[in-house]
Amino acid sequence: MNVSYKWLSHYIDLHGYTGEQLAELMTGGGIEIDVVESRNKGVTGVVVGRVLTKEKHPDADKLNVTTVDVGGAEPLQIVCGAKNVAAGQLVPVATIGAVLPGDFAIKKAKLRGVESQGMICSAKELGLNDKLLPKELQEGILVLPEGTQIGASILDVLGIDDEVLELDLTPNRSDCLSMLGVAYEVGALTGREVKLPDTRVSDSAEQASAHISVRIEAKEQCAHYAARYIKGVNIGPSPLWMQNRLMAAGIRPISNVVDITNFVMLEYGQPLHAFDADKIPDGRILVRLANEGETMTTLDGQERRLEPHMLVITDGEKPLALAGVMGGAHSEVTSSTVNILLESARFEGGTIRKTSRQVGLRSESSVRFEKGVDPARVIPALDRAASLMAQYAGGHVLDGVVEEIAAPAEKTVVTVSIAKINRYLGTSLSKLELETIFSRLQFPFQLSGDGVFTVDVPSRRGDITRDVDLIEEAARLFGYDNIPTTAIEGAATPGALTKPQAIRRELRKRLTDAGLHEVISYSFTHPDRTKLFPSLNGEGVLPVRLALPMSEDRSVLRTSLLPQLLETAAYNRNRKTDDAAIFEIGSVFHTDEETLTRLPQEKHRLAILLTGSRSRAEWNRKAEAYDFYDLKGILETLADVLGVSGSIGYEAAQPEHMHPGRTAAVVFDGERGPVTIGYLGQLHPAVQIEHDLSDTYVLEIELAPIYEDADFAIAYKSLPRYPAMERDIAVVLNREVEAGKLTDAAAETAGELLESIRIFDIYTGEKLGADKKSVALSLVYRHAERTLTDEEVAELHGKVVAKLEQSFAAELRK
Amino acid sequence: MKERLEALRAEALQELQGVDGPQQLNDLRVKYLGKKGALTEILRGMGGLSAEERPVIGQVGNDVRAAIEAVIETKQAAFQQAETENRLRAETIDVTLPGNKLGAGAVHPLNKVAQEIEDAFIGMGYSIAEGPEVETDFFNFEALNLPKNHPARDMQDSFYVTDEILMRTHTSPVQVRTMKAMNGKPVKVICPGKVYRRDDDDATHSFQFNQIEGLVIGPNIRMSDLKGTLLQFVQLMFGKQAQIRLRPSFFPFTEPSAEVDVTCVQCGGHGCRMCKHTGWLEILGCGMVHPRVLEMGGYDPEEVSGFAFGMGVERIALLKYGIDDIRHFYTNDLRFLSQFVRM
Repeated sequence: MNVSYKWLSHYIDLHGYTGEQLAELMTGGGIEIDVVESRNKGVTGVVVGRVLTKEKHPDADKLNVTTVDVGGAEPLQIVCGAKNVAAGQLVPVATIGAVLPGDFAIKKAKLRGVESQGMICSAKELGLNDKLLPKELQEGILVLPEGTQIGASILDVLGIDDEVLELDLTPNRSDCLSMLGVAYEVGALTGREVKLPDTRVSDSAEQASAHISVRIEAKEQCAHYAARYIKGVNIGPSPLWMQNRLMAAGIRPISNVVDITNFVMLEYGQPLHAFDADKIPDGRILVRLANEGETMTTLDGQERRLEPHMLVITDGEKPLALAGVMGGAHSEVTSSTVNILLESARFEGGTIRKTSRQVGLRSESSVRFEKGVDPARVIPALDRAASLMAQYAGGHVLDGVVEEIAAPAEKTVVTVSIAKINRYLGTSLSKLELETIFSRLQFPFQLSGDGVFTVDVPSRRGDITRDVDLIEEAARLFGYDNIPTTAIEGAATPGALTKPQAIRRELRKRLTDAGLHEVISYSFTHPDRTKLFPSLNGEGVLPVRLALPMSEDRSVLRTSLLPQLLETAAYNRNRKTDDAAIFEIGSVFHTDEETLTRLPQEKHRLAILLTGSRSRAEWNRKAEAYDFYDLKGILETLADVLGVSGSIGYEAAQPEHMHPGRTAAVVFDGERGPVTIGYLGQLHPAVQIEHDLSDTYVLEIELAPIYEDADFAIAYKSLPRYPAMERDIAVVLNREVEAGKLTDAAAETAGELLESIRIFDIYTGEKLGADKKSVALSLVYRHAERTLTDEEVAELHGKVVAKLEQSFAAELRK
Repeated sequence: MKERLEALRAEALQELQGVDGPQQLNDLRVKYLGKKGALTEILRGMGGLSAEERPVIGQVGNDVRAAIEAVIETKQAAFQQAETENRLRAETIDVTLPGNKLGAGAVHPLNKVAQEIEDAFIGMGYSIAEGPEVETDFFNFEALNLPKNHPARDMQDSFYVTDEILMRTHTSPVQVRTMKAMNGKPVKVICPGKVYRRDDDDATHSFQFNQIEGLVIGPNIRMSDLKGTLLQFVQLMFGKQAQIRLRPSFFPFTEPSAEVDVTCVQCGGHGCRMCKHTGWLEILGCGMVHPRVLEMGGYDPEEVSGFAFGMGVERIALLKYGIDDIRHFYTNDLRFLSQFVRM
C-alpha cells in the first residue's frame, strides 16, 4: 500500500510529523515503511500556461513555434517538439530559471535560429511516472484539464509537493490497506482523532429498488451484497486532484466513475464495482457459483473458462463479473454509459484467493477480499462512492440501498486482565497506561473492579480475536524497547548434543583435519542423476518428485549424495582446481510410492570424493595420486574413532557405474546382523570421462547403523609386562587370494597369543609366475602373564604356516 | 738408556708436531706407543739394568709415554672437532624452503556458523531437536496456526510434493513434533536444519537455506525472558558490545511477534553501507508462542506460556564473514570453501 502524506492528512492531523518521522513512528509501531519517496524529483519554476498559437518552425520539420500565456504581461515564445501540442491547450511550462529533475536548468535558448523562452513539459520531464497515463500523453506533452488556473504552480496543480510512504504490510494488518485504516493506526500512535469522509447522499424521490434487485444464492461465499443505482451520469475524466491521488497510489486514472470506485476503495479498503446498468436485463443481480463449463470475457478482453468453485455475479443467467477479481467486458462502464449499478459486497477471502490464483489475476480488489474487508464499511463505502458520483459525474443517486445480507458480521468481544498482560510481557503496566492505550486504538472497553478489560473489538481489526492479540496491541503501543530484559525463572537445564549430532561433528572434525573440505549441495536434482548409482538406492526405491518444480534440473529429491559430489568435483575442475578431497553429510530421500501417501524415508549419509593428487609435487617430493587405499584408510580411521572398526568389513563388489575391480561393499555387522551400508571404490572409467574427471575414488555410507553402534567408552588396558616375539613369513600363492582372507585365517589359527598381524610387503614378478604373488606377513606373539619360549612360538608359528599352505596352496618363501 | 728415552721423546714430539690427519696420528701412536713400538723396544732392555737403576729408568719411561700420549690426545680432539664441524657444515639446509604441512580442510561455513550458534545455546541449557525435511502440511502449517487458504501462507511459497506433503518451509514443524513428544512437559530446544522456499535464486535469495529456531515452554515464560535470551545470545555470537532492538511484526505462530535487529557488526552501530546507515541489522524473528500453537502441541495456554525465535544461518554467515552472494554457499567452489579453515 502506497500512502500519500497529503491525502492521509485529510483524515488525521499530521502536524509536527514529516514523512520520515511518520515512517519511523509507524515502523516502531509494527507497520513497516520501506521507503518514503518524494513525488517531487526536483521541479521548481514550472507553471500552468495556455498555448495561444502554434506554427511550424521555419527551418525544422519536427519543431513547432508556439506562444504561451503563463499569466505574465507578455506571452512567451516557446519552441516545442511534441507532436500533440495544439493551440488552446493548458500545459506545464518550465519558464526561464525553472529547474527540472536531474538539475536541468531552463535557460533562454535559440533552436534552429528561433528563440525559445522556456519549455513545455511532458509528465516524464516533470519526474512523474508516466506509465499510468494514456499513451498519447506518454509520447507528448502533458495536457491539463480545462479550468486549471493559468500561472499556478504545477507542484500544486499535480499534487507533486507530496511524499509517498510505501507500507510493507504483514498479512494480519490488512486494515491498513485503506487510508482510513492507516489513519486509525496513526491515531493510535499519536493520540489524535480520525476524521471520517462525507458519505451523505442527497434525497431522491425515485426508488433504486424499482430498477435493480439483488439475490445471493452462494451464501457461504458472499456474506453481504449491496447495490445502489445512479442515474444519468456523464462519463468523463475525474478531477485532477483525484487522478493525482490515484497515481500517487499507483493506480491508473480511467474515467470519473471508475476512478471514484478506486478512490473509495483506497479510502475505505472496500472494493467497489460499477456496472453499466443498462447492460443488465431488469437490473437483476444474482450471486452464485459458476456452472461447469461456463465461460465469460473479462474486462481485459480475455475469455475465461470458469470452474464450479468460482463465485460470479450474474444477471440471473449470464456472468457479469468474476466476483472480487475482475469485471466482465459486457457490462463494462464505457464513454456511452448513462446509468450505473454500483456494487459493494463482502466476498469470502479463500474463494477469491483461489480464483485469483487460478486465473492468474491479482488485482487491488482481490488482494483486499483475500485478506478480509471490514463488514462495517460495505454501506459507508457504497454511499461515499454514490455521493462522489453525484458530485463529479453528474449522476442522480436513487433512494435506497438494495441488498441482501446472507451472514451478518459477528461481534468480537475479548477480555484480558491487567495481571495477565503484565505476566505475559514481564512488564508492570498500570491501569491508566492500559486504558490510554485502548482509548487511543479507539477500542471501546469496560474495566471491571478486579482489573479485567472487556473490549468490543472494532470490525476493522479482524486480526484481534484473543487475549494475546490485545496483549500485542498493548506491547507495541507501550513500545517493545520499554519491555525489560529478564532471565528465565526456575531451575537451569543441562544442554547437550544428541549422539548422532556428536558423531556428525566428530566426522566433520576428523575429515577436515585430514585435509578434506565439507560441501553442502542442493537436495533437489535431475531425475537422471538419481539413476547414476542404483546400488546406493536399493531395491524398489523411487525418488520423491516435486509437484511444481522450478526446473527439471531440480525436480526430484536426491536419493544419494554422490552424483552431486561428482558435479562439485567437475565444477572445480572446470575452474582449474583438479585436486579435490571433499565430503558431504546430509539426508537422502527414498520412497517406494509413485504418489506419496506417507513421508519418505530420510537417511543420513556420509559421502567422500577424492580425485587428482593427494599431494602436489613439491621441491622435496613427487606428486602422488589418490588411490583406493587412501579412501579406505579414511573410513578405517573414522571407524576406529567411532569404535566400530570391529563391525565393518569390506567385500569386493561390482555395483553399476563403479570400477568392477576396484570397489568394495562396506558391510556393517552390528546389532542387526550384517548389512551392506554403502560402497567404496573407484568410479567406472566411463563415468569419469563423462564428468571430465581423472581417477576418482568415492564412498557413500549410511550413518544410522553407526549412530546405533558407535561406542565412545574408553576402557584402559594395562601395558604389557612381558616381551613380545616377532616372526615374519612370506608366502607365494595365487594372485586372486585376498589378503584379508589370509590374515583372517592366520589370526584364527594363532589364537589369543597373537597380538597383531600386519602385511608388510606384496610382491609380484616374473620370477614368481604371472598368476602368483608373494605376501609377507609380520606376526607378533605375546603372553600377558609370562615370557614365551622360543619352542612355544616356533610350534604356534608352524601351525600358522601349515594352515596357510593347506588353505591357500601357499608355498613358504625361503 | 735414559738418553735413548729422552731422544725418543724429542723425536716423537717433533714428528707429532707435523701430523696432518687422524690416520697419520694413529700411525704415529702405533710407531711410538704400540706393542711393537719404539718405546716398548727400548724398555725391553730394562732386564739388563741394576736394581737401583730400574725404577729410575722405569719412571723416565712412564714420563715419556705420558708426554707422547698427551700430545696425541690433544691432536685427536682437535681432529674430531674439525671433522664434526665439517660434517655439520655439509648438512646445512635452506630453512626458508616450505615445510611439509598437515592437511587442513574446512567445515562448510554454514555448518561452522550453525555449530557456533548451537554451542551458544547448548551453553544456555538448550537441547537440539531435529526432524524431517519432507513434512506434512499439518506439521508445517496447520499445527502452526496456518490453516489452508490462510493468507500468511503467501509469505512462504512452498514446494509441495502432494496436497498434504511438502518440503518444510521452516524448522518450526520440529517444534511441533517436540511439543507433542514432550507431552505437556517444559521445553527448551533449538531446531537447526535445511528448509525450502520457492524463490528465484539471486545474491540474497536461495530456494534452499538453513534455519535455526528455538522454543521455550514453561509455566511462567515472559516476553521479557525472550528479550533477555536473545540479548545473551547475540552477545555470545557477536561480542559484549552487541545490543538488540525489537520491532513489532507478524508471524501466525506467535503473538506478540517481533523482528529483532542487532547492532551492526561492521560499524558497531554508527551507521555504514552494510546497515544502510541505520546502525542495525535484522537477524531474527521471534515472539510469544501463539495459544493455538500451544493447544495443538498439547499444552494448556492458561497454564503455560512460551517463546520462539528463528534465524537464517545464511544471513548470519553472510554478515559474519562479509560474503556478498548467498549462492557461494551452494556452488562449493574450493577456492571459496578453503577460506574457512581457521578455527
